[in-house]
Amino acid sequence: MTATPEAPRAGGIHPNSFHGPLPDVAADAGYVDHPPRKGFFTDTSVCIGCKACEVACKEWNEVPADGYQLSGMSYDNTQALGAATWRHVAFVEKPLNPTTTDLGLPGMGPPGFEGYESGVQTAKPRPEDQATESGDGSIRWLMSSDVCKHCTHAACLDVCPTGSLFRTEFGTVVVQQDICNGCGYCVPACPYGVIDLSEDDHKAHKCTLCYDRLKEDQTPACAQACPTESIQFGDLDELRERADARVAELHEKGVDVARLYGHDPGDGVGGDGAFFLLLDEPEVYGLPPDPVVTTRDIASIWKHVGAAAATLAGLAAVSFLGGKRS
Amino acid sequence: MREQSMVPEPEFESYYGRQIIKTPTWKTPDVPLYLFLGGMAGSSAVMAECAALTGNESLERMTRLVAAGGAAVGTGFLVHDLGRPERFLNMLRVLKVTSPLSVGSFILAPFSSLAAASAASQLTGRLPVLGRLAGLGAAVFGPPLVTYTAALLANTAVPAWHEAHRELPFVFAGSGATAASGMAMVLIPAAANPPARRFAIAGAALELTAAELLRRRLGMLAEPYEQGRSGRLMKLASRMTAASAVVSWVGRRSRVVSALCGATYVAASAITRFGVFEAGLASARDPKYVVIPQRERLAARAAAGPAPDVDHAPEEQPTASS
Amino acid sequence: MAEAHPVGFQWVMEAKRRGARVIHVDPRFTRTSAVADLHVPIRAGTDIAFLGGLVNHVLSNDLDFREYVVAYTNAAAIIDGDYRDTEDLDGLFSGYDPETGRYDPDTWQYQHPDDEDGDGHRGDDGGDGEDQGSYGGPGSSEHSSQESHDSAHSESHGSGGAPVPHKPKRDETLQDPNCVFQILKRHFARYTPEMVKEVCGIEPEQFAEVADAMTSNSGRERTSALCYAVGWTHHSVGAQMIRTASILQTLLGNMGRPGGGILALRGHASIQGSTDIPTLFNILPGYLRMPNAEMHLDLDSYLQPDEGKAGFWGDMRKYMVSLLKAYWGDAATPENEFCFDYLPRITGDHSTYNTVLGQIEGRSKGYFLVGENPAVGSANGKMQRLGMANLDWLVVRDLQMIESATFWKDGPEIETGELVTEDIGTEVFFLPAATHVEKAGSFTQTQRLLQWRDKAVDPPEDCRSELQFYFELGNRIREKLRDSTDERDRPLLDLTWDYPVDTEGDPDGQAVLREINGTGPDGEALSAYTQLEADGSTSCGCWIYCGVYADDVNQARRRKPHWEQDWVAQEWGWAWPANRRQLYNRASAAPDGSPWSERKRYITWDADQGKWVGPDVPDFIVDRAPDHVPEEGAEGPDAIGGQDAFIMQTDGKAWLFSPNGVADGPLPSHYEPPESPVHNPLYGQQNNPSRRTLDHPVNPINPSYSEVFPFVFTTYRLTEHHTAGGMSRTLPYLTELQPEPFCEVSPRLARMRGLTHGEWVTIATARSAIEARVLVTDRLRSLRLGTQVVEQVGLPYHWGRNGITQGDSPNDLVNVTMDPNVFIQDKVGTCDIRPGRRPRGPALTAYVEDYRRRAGVDTETGSPGTPPRREGLTT
Repeated sequence: MTATPEAPRAGGIHPNSFHGPLPDVAADAGYVDHPPRKGFFTDTSVCIGCKACEVACKEWNEVPADGYQLSGMSYDNTQALGAATWRHVAFVEKPLNPTTTDLGLPGMGPPGFEGYESGVQTAKPRPEDQATESGDGSIRWLMSSDVCKHCTHAACLDVCPTGSLFRTEFGTVVVQQDICNGCGYCVPACPYGVIDLSEDDHKAHKCTLCYDRLKEDQTPACAQACPTESIQFGDLDELRERADARVAELHEKGVDVARLYGHDPGDGVGGDGAFFLLLDEPEVYGLPPDPVVTTRDIASIWKHVGAAAATLAGLAAVSFLGGKRS
Repeated sequence: MREQSMVPEPEFESYYGRQIIKTPTWKTPDVPLYLFLGGMAGSSAVMAECAALTGNESLERMTRLVAAGGAAVGTGFLVHDLGRPERFLNMLRVLKVTSPLSVGSFILAPFSSLAAASAASQLTGRLPVLGRLAGLGAAVFGPPLVTYTAALLANTAVPAWHEAHRELPFVFAGSGATAASGMAMVLIPAAANPPARRFAIAGAALELTAAELLRRRLGMLAEPYEQGRSGRLMKLASRMTAASAVVSWVGRRSRVVSALCGATYVAASAITRFGVFEAGLASARDPKYVVIPQRERLAARAAAGPAPDVDHAPEEQPTASS
Repeated sequence: MAEAHPVGFQWVMEAKRRGARVIHVDPRFTRTSAVADLHVPIRAGTDIAFLGGLVNHVLSNDLDFREYVVAYTNAAAIIDGDYRDTEDLDGLFSGYDPETGRYDPDTWQYQHPDDEDGDGHRGDDGGDGEDQGSYGGPGSSEHSSQESHDSAHSESHGSGGAPVPHKPKRDETLQDPNCVFQILKRHFARYTPEMVKEVCGIEPEQFAEVADAMTSNSGRERTSALCYAVGWTHHSVGAQMIRTASILQTLLGNMGRPGGGILALRGHASIQGSTDIPTLFNILPGYLRMPNAEMHLDLDSYLQPDEGKAGFWGDMRKYMVSLLKAYWGDAATPENEFCFDYLPRITGDHSTYNTVLGQIEGRSKGYFLVGENPAVGSANGKMQRLGMANLDWLVVRDLQMIESATFWKDGPEIETGELVTEDIGTEVFFLPAATHVEKAGSFTQTQRLLQWRDKAVDPPEDCRSELQFYFELGNRIREKLRDSTDERDRPLLDLTWDYPVDTEGDPDGQAVLREINGTGPDGEALSAYTQLEADGSTSCGCWIYCGVYADDVNQARRRKPHWEQDWVAQEWGWAWPANRRQLYNRASAAPDGSPWSERKRYITWDADQGKWVGPDVPDFIVDRAPDHVPEEGAEGPDAIGGQDAFIMQTDGKAWLFSPNGVADGPLPSHYEPPESPVHNPLYGQQNNPSRRTLDHPVNPINPSYSEVFPFVFTTYRLTEHHTAGGMSRTLPYLTELQPEPFCEVSPRLARMRGLTHGEWVTIATARSAIEARVLVTDRLRSLRLGTQVVEQVGLPYHWGRNGITQGDSPNDLVNVTMDPNVFIQDKVGTCDIRPGRRPRGPALTAYVEDYRRRAGVDTETGSPGTPPRREGLTT
């Protein structure tokens, strides 16, 4: 299949080129013949937190190790996505009757604790939580492998002034390291906080969805390594169908907390190329509840910039009325 | 943990209190200084053209030099801020309307060249016609140079910047005007600077009004502009600007007073940019500025009526979490 | 399982997706618990009480699979009338000798079928070799039983049961008060849900949930499986924990059936293989016992206890002779008993901990450490290092510079001054080793599965494989001895030692595998151990592996994906024995050979074809009908009846009660770990009476229920690190996942001791004190046992002083008290925990000594003094 970014667009610019549902993101980027859009569906309900994805990604992409620091954030010492972390497994412990207010401050004496001390039976866990009943209570230990979302409307790509960030024929978003000049604009543009500048080479780095492997018709390293198929790779359409079925399956089992995130082409970024099945609110995992690509407002932004520029010119003109000297 | 706020905040969940979006990697003082210098230079070019049209030679000369100097130094800071400064020319590979940094490169580059040409012509006395045309060109690119930087900040996911995208250009416009005029008031004899004084007052009024509107409209996101280090910088700058406006009118006959007010305007303009910059960083670092407004947005949408069902997830509700 | 075997755990997730219910029993809530349906927090070391509670639940409510139990177990067997249970003797079984701490199983034996008066006395057991009906050989004499347990003979039952002299008298109605079934009921009657709560800290509601889940999911239509790893084995009652599980599974009819059984998760670095082709002192390949210098003066006396016994174990002569032929080839002839005399003999306990004591005492001079890091990975780290410091020479082969290779310059004892580098006379040789991708070979892991790995890259520089090292070592030693006339050197010189090597000198692993598989008279590869002969015509390096190279094809190398096979997937790798995936699968059919249910159909009798058929290799003589009755005097496999599903047992039945083969009792009994804050609620006998202790000042034991060491601690694993850390703490990508040593405590314990999440804490036992960061988490529960609340400190054990991440080793805290069957240490103990970092240098020794003094530990002997027996019983 040819993938030619320079080829003329078919039929002009899509009205949703900047925002809104965009069925063919690669075509919008200029590809004429291109493979189906690839992506990830990460089903966190079967994640066992093994971090094979983190290691496989670093091994394949030769990403440097980035810090040996015990975070205290449960078993998450990786802490966040960044220039040197392209897969990040989050861990959140949620006891039903916590004996701490939060992990950082033990001993604040909440209800469950007193109840335990006095031998009072604490509340039963609800099945719809997918909590694991444990002793006289229950604990939910949420685990989720986070990754670049490869948004349909990718703010990082939109703001990149050198053209380093580009849309591949697979619909993914990749940084060209030989062009990036480290301006850092992509960093605050990303609504998910994914991309960052490297401390070593001062350029922007992020998940490439293993572009080199895709070109060889192979599976990205993380999906290949995941033992429980929490990370699923494939054509995005098919993944979305699979995800719908999986959520329905979980709801039928009574796991009401299961929901999809980033799957909806109508959302603020036009849907993600890497989307998730979560068992709690997005912000619990460190994800924005309602991410919107900043480009949605670019027209309004320029309008106001123009108006302000005109105002400036006008004020200047008015200020100089009334002669040369007075 | 987090600072105590005066009003009890709505509860929200986060991932160990960690920020969601990334803090901008732009360096301080490089970027705030660039914003300031670009604002001053662009407004200066406009003043230069107005001065030329009204025959105010000393003002014209000075403002042309300030425009060229400001642009040059500002460009220096901008290049220095890059992770790979040697690759700065890569900015000119593409022109993308979705990227204020891309558009801005194509404003800054022509402006710098034209301002430099007109200043050179001014200094050497050579090619006056071309110099004048260059100056006119710089004046055309001037206002965009001043205000596009607001787009630069606003066109990100940084809550305090993005939500302020309507007012920020006007804040920057006003601030650019006060900076350029202030510089003129410092460097030009009093007799030649009434236009500068008037322009400065107009700019001050514009800036302060826009800033006030910004704070009122932003709700919770106004906090970084009012609290903490960024809040202190903003308050200081606005007081300095307001004071200069009043004092410069009252003491308009005194060269010294004018000069002092001018210097204050210039300093305040710089401090404003630092304040805005810091406010953005502060809003990036605390997840509440991302989570709470987005939850409110979702709640508002839910209240407005059910969306077409594109998934099976239960309706999103803002949660007071445990 | 998700922590230690994440790749294998995908199959549990697959089962869960198909509706299986996953119950996780563990002192801490792990990544397995997170995806399980139910997590049962349990006090570390109390699994016998928990499983015993389940057994009692089954027996008290008649929830056993009765047909299965009657036909396939020894439930109906009648035991000697002199047998006394722990119920009778407050925690002891009859036959205990307090002097030696050993049991004589004399009173645990089956009553003889001809014993009319029921007085329990059977025929001759004096060891005179007289035939006893179908079962030859003497019963186990007092002398031989002790000797055999001293040398951990139990381990030789790794592939088949202990011999008994005769089949038992039976009561098919299961009513005789001396029958196994009734003994079981009496013995486990004490393990009520309330007792389970008092011992384990498990709430009765949760216990009921587990009991209901297991019993409702067992029987004709459904089966349940148990999986375990070192949470059951690393205890002074470890073997009995597994015994309790097997009693439970046998009563529920889960053994030998698809989806049932007990799966030992032996996953890392071919640990199953390390007992199959052993690196252990007490067994030979295929679980043949190592000959004993006093008992086995010749081949016949060696074979006598097992020879001719019912079942395939009775063919032991064939396996042993073939092994000897594999070792000594042409030099092994019938005249010299196939060089049986060349085999080294043991005289008692040469287990690792005893050997280390021998090093400390100067009796053991040299040491090979091959892929092993005892300074971090063995119990009582100081003892390990003191032992190594007293050697003449030490050879370490590893991928990284492990702590056991550098203890002499940077070990903890150098820091405290207990050892001085200049005074350590050990000559240490470090030889770099090839990794598992730099050499070809097989791993044998869970499910007895051999999986062959090809070599992917050449080892760098001087790194070599184990095969190459040992082959070369053997070559050089043989070269040195080439002209020797000393008889003592014949065993080395007569070895078959001729493997093809590649250009680098690396022996061909497949040639070794073929030798293990065995060859026939013409040198052709054998296909099944039934082809082995006792006349020296066959050679086989490991009889249970015979067939792995059948048809001269490396069967272990087969990699047909599961989606191209049926659910048994026989063409992936090769399982011993005979590629049989489910052992004892005769039990998957009813006594008449029909399936128990369509849903659980597995191996069934096809009357038309006259053989057993099914998707797996039948674990039975393939053409033996279900109604076959063996002739009088039949021996070996001929003595297997049509309903003797458990063919490796001499009576063909699963043993609910073990007359033989287990050192610490025919039935499991809960005892407290050697260090415990709790009085044994069941009996006055606090600890396992026949546990192996190591009484030495270097191994002091915390007194039980001591105020000074009030908390329980146990060690465990993290997914991110691997065993003693040599392969993970030296790699950046793994180190950054878990970059610093830590312990885990409950919020209540944190409050009690003023511990702050993420800060440093010091943990002390009588052996040593270590420091770590602390994670305060609800995943460690405070356990309420009656009125007492027990707190547990959890310690991932992976850390040592070398590598990118460095820390104190939790195994420095662990004492050496061993299970009497297999001499494995107990990883549960007591400790104290305090905020702050530990003292440095000699101050550390003083700190530990202060603890010992306050606790009343006798530093001369290391003994804590015997904990007082509680008078009477309280329930």
